Amino acid sequence: MRLTQGAFSFLPDLTDEQIGKQVQYCIDNGWAVNIEFTDDPHPRNTYWELWGQPMFDVRDAAGVMFELNECRKTYKGRHYIRVSAFDSTHTWESLRLSFITDRPEEEPGFALERQEVDGRSIRYTTRAYAANRPEGARY
Amino acid sequence: MNAIDKTKPAEEKRSRYSAGVMEYRKMGYWQPDYEPKDTDVIAVFRITPQDGVDEIEASAAVAGESSTATWTVVWTDRLTACDKYRAKCYRVDPVPNSPGSWFAYIAYDLDLFEPGSIANLSASIIGNVFGFKPLKALRLEDMRLPVAYVKTFDGPATGIVVERERLDKFGRPLLGATVKPKLGLSGRNYGRVVYEALKGGLDFTKDDENINSQPFMHWRERFLYCMEAVNKAQASTGEIKGTYLNVTAATMEDMYERADFAKSLGSSIIMIDLVIGYTAIQSMAKWARRNDMILHLHRAGHSTYTRQKSHGVSFRVITKWMRLAGVDHIHAGTVVGKLEGDPHTTKGYYDLCREDFVPQNLAHGIFFDQPWASTRKLMPVASGGIHAGQMHQLIDLLGEDVVLQFGGGTIGHPMGIQAGATANRVALEAMILARNEGRDLLGEGPEILKAAARHCLPLKQALETWKDVTFNYSSTDTPDFVPQATAAE
Repeated sequence: MRLTQGAFSFLPDLTDEQIGKQVQYCIDNGWAVNIEFTDDPHPRNTYWELWGQPMFDVRDAAGVMFELNECRKTYKGRHYIRVSAFDSTHTWESLRLSFITDRPEEEPGFALERQEVDGRSIRYTTRAYAANRPEGARY
Repeated sequence: MNAIDKTKPAEEKRSRYSAGVMEYRKMGYWQPDYEPKDTDVIAVFRITPQDGVDEIEASAAVAGESSTATWTVVWTDRLTACDKYRAKCYRVDPVPNSPGSWFAYIAYDLDLFEPGSIANLSASIIGNVFGFKPLKALRLEDMRLPVAYVKTFDGPATGIVVERERLDKFGRPLLGATVKPKLGLSGRNYGRVVYEALKGGLDFTKDDENINSQPFMHWRERFLYCMEAVNKAQASTGEIKGTYLNVTAATMEDMYERADFAKSLGSSIIMIDLVIGYTAIQSMAKWARRNDMILHLHRAGHSTYTRQKSHGVSFRVITKWMRLAGVDHIHAGTVVGKLEGDPHTTKGYYDLCREDFVPQNLAHGIFFDQPWASTRKLMPVASGGIHAGQMHQLIDLLGEDVVLQFGGGTIGHPMGIQAGATANRVALEAMILARNEGRDLLGEGPEILKAAARHCLPLKQALETWKDVTFNYSSTDTPDFVPQATAAE
């Protein structure tokens, strides 16, 4: 399967040139770019690990790309990596863009567990196959 | 000097309150030198008086009939602070290029309205007055809602930002589809459409406005099969999915029962129709707030009173009322699709949904500055006759904080529903990527779509199937003011 979280997961994997252009777009809008990684791709896993702090003061996409490459040196192939952009404007104060830049080589996907309860109701649990193993040893 | 001046409120109390009939303008409902207070609610009406009725008297009558007046003088006015409670028409302008019609500006004291009640507000402003005989036609064009009044409403419980956070989707429009055919599918078959569309790449599917609980599909069957479809699609994509379960029903008790069942099944969103009425909408908004539920509003019925320019209520007013009432989604037009929608007027609606401060913009039909005072943002929904080939126009016109709903444009795809959904999602992502790279969407849109179709067969097929489909009819509800080019200094 292919995890389709993020703004560009239905396109072929972005090249570094394409990632750089998106990052520059975010910077030009005054947003702080952030790099995160995880090996728990559950759709409700909100808090991926931070790679350093959000880059509030970086003005050139090259600075972000440098950090992304540093993150890749440690996690590429074993973790998902995403880039997101944070807008501190009043009444927004949240993310403006988020997209996956790197994925594990194998994406085994999720099991859907069904627990039959009263009436015809079912309680659903989505479980990542990879999450059966401990953090850091999943992919 | 005459005690009752033609242009001034009656000052001579004794003659003002002697029994009989008096012109509205003389009763204090026409005050051309009145300066509205910051806390006044202001309404602007399009007034078309009957032949022989002058515009000032007609406008004063509207002020009177929508506030304190009746057809005759009543002495009991003198038991009240009646000068405060009278609505005051303070300005009447001719409608550009429309002889016989006027814009009347009327100010209402805040004490005329119950805090936090759309029912009360609308009972005054669009109550009896719309049937008033001296008028041929009457339309409520816009309202200025003061901060003091805005703050008495909850507004959307979730709103655009928190909805995005909850769904973990940022930087692109959300994608939806209404299940078709809208009537006749069994619960099991209905869920099939939901599953295919969500797995193919949509974020949401939607019940149509008239899907409630019919012989072919009772509501519990629909809810159960839809939630199986949502959860299965979520597991197969690793992405949050949802379906708007329509809880519209005959009574509040029925609606609460359906909403509670949707919640117990883990749905992230429910839906209501505008026809349930303002009070029911506010009740459901409060329910949604208590239960962490996104509330989708389908504007079923609105065109009966919003579409014709001469009479009714503008949709911009309904938009404002619904943001106050606290729904999270509202259908606000597509411009390019099959339903009524002038581009400038529609932009005005979108601004009213999404901005924290909307400045006066007559070319967009916005008559007043409207502060929202941090009321959460209402997600506009574009639905009805749109397809992947229009993606560049849709994003250019509507921006990214919108739900784009391709019903026929998903389910009618020649290779099936999943393929239709994938075509829409690929077109959307390719267009957002290109926009962010600084490319000119309107100029290069078709090329961008063609390039994206090279790695996506379903998109190629969608573009071929619907390439020439457009709905080019002139709109009936258009702005009255066009921007004039002025010479540079």
